[in-house]
Order: sequence, then C-alpha cells, then structure tokens
Amino acid sequence: MSAADLVTAPPRRPTSGQSVITRVVIYGLLLFFAIIYLVPLIVMVMASLKPLDEVTGGNMFALPKSPTFAPWIRAWGEASIGVSDTAGISGYFMNSIKMVVPAVVISTLLGALNGYVLTKWRFPGHKLVFGMMLFACFIPFQSVIIPMAVILGLLGQIGNQLIDATGFSFGFGNPTVNLVLCHVVYGLGFTTLFFRNYYEAFPTELVKAAMIDGAGFFQIFRRVLLPNSTPIIIVTVIYQFTNIWNDFLFGSTFAAGDQSPMTVALNNLVNTSTGVVEYNVNMAAAIIAAAPTLFVYVVAGRYFVRGLMAGAVKG
Amino acid sequence: MAFLEISGLRKRFGTLEVLKGIDLSLEKGGFLVLIGPSGCGKSTLLGTIAGLESISAGEICIEGQRINDLHPSKRDIAMVFQSYALYPNMTVAENMAFGMEMRGVPKLEREKAVAEVAKTLQLEHLLKRRPSQLSGGQRQRVAMGRALVRQPRVFLFDEPLSNLDAKLRVDMRVEIKRLHQRTGATIVYVTHDQIEAMTLATRIAVLKDGELQQVGTPHEVYNRPANLFVADFMGSPSMNLLEGKVLRSNGAASVVIEHAGTDPIVFPAPTSADVATLTEGARVIFGIRPEAVSDLEGADGNSKSIATFTGQVEIVEPAGSDTFVVTSIAGKEVTARMRADSDIRVGQSHVFALNLDKAILFDPATTHRI
Repeated sequence: MSAADLVTAPPRRPTSGQSVITRVVIYGLLLFFAIIYLVPLIVMVMASLKPLDEVTGGNMFALPKSPTFAPWIRAWGEASIGVSDTAGISGYFMNSIKMVVPAVVISTLLGALNGYVLTKWRFPGHKLVFGMMLFACFIPFQSVIIPMAVILGLLGQIGNQLIDATGFSFGFGNPTVNLVLCHVVYGLGFTTLFFRNYYEAFPTELVKAAMIDGAGFFQIFRRVLLPNSTPIIIVTVIYQFTNIWNDFLFGSTFAAGDQSPMTVALNNLVNTSTGVVEYNVNMAAAIIAAAPTLFVYVVAGRYFVRGLMAGAVKG
Repeated sequence: MAFLEISGLRKRFGTLEVLKGIDLSLEKGGFLVLIGPSGCGKSTLLGTIAGLESISAGEICIEGQRINDLHPSKRDIAMVFQSYALYPNMTVAENMAFGMEMRGVPKLEREKAVAEVAKTLQLEHLLKRRPSQLSGGQRQRVAMGRALVRQPRVFLFDEPLSNLDAKLRVDMRVEIKRLHQRTGATIVYVTHDQIEAMTLATRIAVLKDGELQQVGTPHEVYNRPANLFVADFMGSPSMNLLEGKVLRSNGAASVVIEHAGTDPIVFPAPTSADVATLTEGARVIFGIRPEAVSDLEGADGNSKSIATFTGQVEIVEPAGSDTFVVTSIAGKEVTARMRADSDIRVGQSHVFALNLDKAILFDPATTHRI
C-alpha cells in the first residue's frame, strides 16, 4: 500500500448492525413526529387554496383540483368580521402591527436597561427588586385584568380632559396605546430576567474600562452593552413578539370593534353566525394571522436556542 | 511632594479591612510594582487609584492634586486590564479612539493620535480588525495602545501579562520596559510574578494582608528584605532560611546551626547584621539566597567571608543555565546554585561554600531583619 492510498483511504466508520438499527429508529421517530406536527399546517394550506364546495365536499388531505387564491383575497380585504363594517382582516392586521412593534421595542429596551442596572450598577436591595420583577412572570393574565381596567379607565378620563382642554388626547385612552402599555408592563418581568442573566456574565471590566474612558451611564449602555447583546436581544424580541402578537385576552378586553388586534378579528371572522361557514377563507385568515410569528422564527430562530443557552449557562 | 502620593489609605468592605493604612509615593517617570500573594489587596489598591473602588480613609494625590473623590475619567489615568477589556464590537482603531471620542476630541486629532501610537506598537496593519480576530499578544498591545493614546499622567496595569503564555510573557515584559524607557511614563503595575517585579520596577512595594511589608528598589527588596515574608516571597528558588543561635566570644558574634549527627556548623555573623544587637544564646533565622551557596570553585572570589559545610546531595535540578542542588542542614532543605556543567550526583557528599557577604539574619519573634 502506497502513501497515496493511505491518504485517500476513506475514514472507517462504525457500521455494526446495531448502529444502523439505532439510526433508522431515531430518524423514523423524528420523521413521524415532524409529520404529525406539520399535518395541521398542510391541511390549512390545502383548504385555503380550494374553492368552498371542494372543501366541504372532498377529502381534507386531497390536493386542490382547481387551485385558487380567491379565499386569500377575500380574507384579506372582503370578508365581514363579526358585526363590524370593516371588510377583511387587513385593518386588524395593521392594528396588531401598530401594537406589537412599539410594545416589543419598548419592553426590550426597558428590560435591557433594567438588566444593566441590576448587574453593573448594583444598589442595596437589588436582589429584592429583581425578585419582585420576577414575580411578574408568574402572575396569570386573568388576575390583572380588573386592576388594569381601572388604570386604563383612569387614563381614558385623563384623555377626555385633555381633549376638552387642548382638543388632542396625546394617546391617553387610545386602545392601541392601552394595549402597548399592558404588554410593556406585563412583559417587563420576562425581558428583565433575560437581560439580567445575560449581563450577569458580561465582563464588568469592559464597563470599568469605559468608565475610565469617560463614558457616562447611558453611553456605556448604548456603546458597550447593547452592541454586544445581539443574541439576547433576538431571544427577547422573538419571545415578546410571539406573546404579544398571539395575545387574545388583553386584546378582546381592552380594545373593541375596529381597534381590535388580529387575534380578536380572526375569532370574530370564524365565529360569525351569518351565512355559510367559509372554511377556506377562515384557513387563509388563520395562516395570515400566524405568518408574522412564523416569519420571525424562521429569520431569527437559530439565535433563539443559542441565546437562551448564552443567558442560562452562567448567572 | 512626589508625583503620586498615597497616604494613610484604608479600604473596608463592611467589617473586613482589606487595606490597612497604605503610605506610598512615586516620582514622575517611576515604575512602581505592587506585588504580593493573591488576596493581599494589591488589585484593590490599584482600583482605588483608578477610582473604581471607593476608599474608607486616607488620601490619594497626583501632582499635589487630591483625587480621592474624582470620577475615574477625571483623574487623567489610563488602565490596562488583566482581561484587556477591549470592546468586542469596535475595531482596534475605534477601541483606541473611544476614550478621546468620549472626551470630545475632534476626529482628525483622534486619528492622528491613534496612527502615532499604532506605529510605536506596530499595530498599523491591525487597525481595522476586531479584538476577536487578534492573538493574545496583539490584544495585549492594543490594550496598551488604548492607554498610551490618551497620554495620561499615570498608567495603571492590572496583571497585564498573566493571560499570556510563557514565551510571549517574556517578550511583552521587554516591550513594556522599552515603552517605559522611551516614553518616561509614570506607571503603577500589579503582579504576583516576582520576576516581572524585579525586571520592570524602579520601586517595588510588597504587600501582605493589606499591609505594606517593604517599599524599595528591586535591589533593596531582593538583597535586604525587611522581613521573613519578603525574603521568602521574592526570588526563585526562594531564600534558604535556617534556624540558629547566637554565640558571642571576644566581641565577635557567630551563628551556630545544629547539624544532625555531626558537630554544629558555626558561621561568623553576616556582615549585614548589626553585631552589637546580638546577644548570647538569642535565636535567629539565618537567610541566604541559593546563588550565594555553591561549590568551592563556584564561590565568589571577591567575597570577604566564605564559610563551608559538607552536605549530602539530595536532588539535582538542571535548569539549563544553572544547576540547582538541594542538600540539607539540620533537616532543613538548602538550595544551592551551581554551574550548569558541574559534575554532581545525587547521594554524593559534597562541600558547599556560603558567601556570607550575602547572608542576612532575622529575628524569629518579630520576623524583622536584624
């Protein structure tokens, strides 16, 4: 055997019978659960691409015989939502965007700031403060509804007085602003937890170096901490985006009619009691409602696990 | 008044006092090394000079200006951290310019200063890289560059070489020394490596349990250690310390060391000690560095006083440039430094020569040098 043969010889791999069986079992199981997990999505996509008579008359796993985008167009701009005059879910979709984006940005930034203070600018009693903030993670949504309603009512009154005085409410009493407030307050416990654990492992010497370099409190935060927080920012954004986008309880309680978020609108569309149930339109609307969270996961998902680990290992 | 003056400095964490009244001064252009075992308070002391740690009592002045209560950025100091503490999101050039940027120095001026320092430290080709793309030695140089570029009054180094491998550490040590000689910067340097301390310092301050043990030039600290702790801590291999008794006759004093099995070994009292203070029968500790113990041929010809003893060779450690031989007197290990080519074997009985000019005596009760 020459030297060249030695070099090109393929590396030996264990090919015993047991390892092959193990592999078949592992991949078989993975495939099985992947299919189970995907079935609902497949059914939804199929149904949304079929005309209504094909949905009601045919097999739900069958491929569409005459594929059509009509249900999607109807769901987006024509279908009637509950008792509202608005046609289609497009308006509600925008409501949700207008609520989710500021709520995610604000709660993430505040969480980062909290984490920064709780790890790098410690004050007596910082543990107690953090413990109490953590408490927010364990309070169920339902139990805060009434206190929240009282506060929002108060804000609404302020808004009315402002309108009387200046002709403009400055956002007080606006349903979208109210929902943003709810979600920011409710999300703060989680975002603080994420960032505190991440910054706990963040080298304090960097903060000291920046202090000697002459950077102030916010300059250190903005120039040193935040640019090195990408993984945890992504984790927090995914978590907050998903939670806030999918929220139904706050949305249905504190916003009504045209101001409702997407989730409430979807419910109203599906639960409509007039006319025929348009399964294909419902399916299309449901997919549209789920699309943003799916999009966020696909784009940033690989950071999710990495970021969770980064925050969890040390702290 | 000295350039950097520390007086009566105390630092308490709750009831625990970690710095117990430190008095230190350093002239302009001096290189002060703070050395001591871990937990002795040397890093805390550096932190108080930097302003990263508050102080409980005392005063720190630079050029006569009291800086106790000034924010770190207002003290006109720069610090090189053990972990380098380079901002990972910034390039080398941005790292070096950050301090000036925060102080509102115009961009052109910043770039000029960075370019100058980069040239001195041979960092020019690295300016666009991020810290993660640099080797350990390069990061170390960038950390020094970041300190240099601001031309502060005092440089603080916190164990800057401890994260480097042995070879690089020696190279960087030389580089720091060269930098100090060329720029004439005033430096306070923390380390636990006594070779770094000896080679770099113009003054060494030895700390233990938050108290200064001795402050002096490397020569003083090495050759005339103030007490047993300093004698033992400085030098590698460390100083040989033997228990003995004083014997007086006709105004002269000698030290008697009991040697198991044989007659006691008697040395004339070393010239460094104040003979008048030695009383008959007093217990003393006789200290002699390994390089002052050798074979007869290797003994220092200029020495005024040489004593000999015969000992059994127990261990031979060839170190390349020298060979260290371990023997024993009265059951206590004694290390001798021999020439590298000396033909000496374990188990041999050998005559060792002690250069008593280099020997010192300590009082075992107070641990101070006599």
